[in-house]
Amino acid sequence: MVDLNTYLIIGAILFSLGMFGVITRRNGVAVLMGVELILNAANVNFVAFARFGGMDLTGHVFSLFVIILAAAEAAVALAIILNIFNNLGTVNIDEANQLKQ
Amino acid sequence: MTGTSFIFWIVALLTVGSAAGVVFSKNLIYSAIALLFSLLGVAGLYVFLWADFIAVTQILIYVGGILVLIIFGIMLTHRITNVQLSHSSIQRGVGGVIVLVIFAGLSAMILNAPWHRSPAIEPLETVREIGRMLMINYLLPFEVASILLLAALMGAALLSRKTD
Repeated sequence: MVDLNTYLIIGAILFSLGMFGVITRRNGVAVLMGVELILNAANVNFVAFARFGGMDLTGHVFSLFVIILAAAEAAVALAIILNIFNNLGTVNIDEANQLKQ
Repeated sequence: MTGTSFIFWIVALLTVGSAAGVVFSKNLIYSAIALLFSLLGVAGLYVFLWADFIAVTQILIYVGGILVLIIFGIMLTHRITNVQLSHSSIQRGVGGVIVLVIFAGLSAMILNAPWHRSPAIEPLETVREIGRMLMINYLLPFEVASILLLAALMGAALLSRKTD
């Protein structure tokens, strides 16, 4: 009963929720949380295909690399958010519009 | 319904429900806590997919590293005295429509595509096999990833330093 489609649908739901967070959140940290959800959705798909596709563990290795990249991305993104906060006094990304003025 | 599939549905529901909490919660700290449960649920899904090493890595790096980093980010960018830490959303209608269209397209694609399936045999030891693949098939990406981590570490330290 629990087969490939179940995991793919769970991944799609996670991806959609993460996308919704990225689109609608104003706080930069909350946008980062949405990005983490999207990366997790991709990882679930990789591992599900490795399990049900009858392939070797390449999907596992790939999701390992995705996790490494997510760690690097989170560190740099938080450093950027801290800089935005120090310079502008806010973390709302719709108020960081200096280039428009 | 067997016990295993019952536990699977509980884990899946925890994952999806907490992910919904991340994006719909009004309180930033609640969002971070919901993200914790969502990441733990994804680790549980990995266990159901026979990916024990990835599950442990997920818990170590995501829950132990990235989530702590995110909570640090919340603490450093808000006044601690501000208990509410509310964060608002914008353009929920437009965003919801876009996301629903994307989700409908993804679901239709997933349910209609003729995926290649074959009866998988349970891998005896994923750790040994992943280690072999990292050291033989994927040695160059492995080394590049280590350089990238070093560069990201130095970049983050440089960016968050006071310039004066």
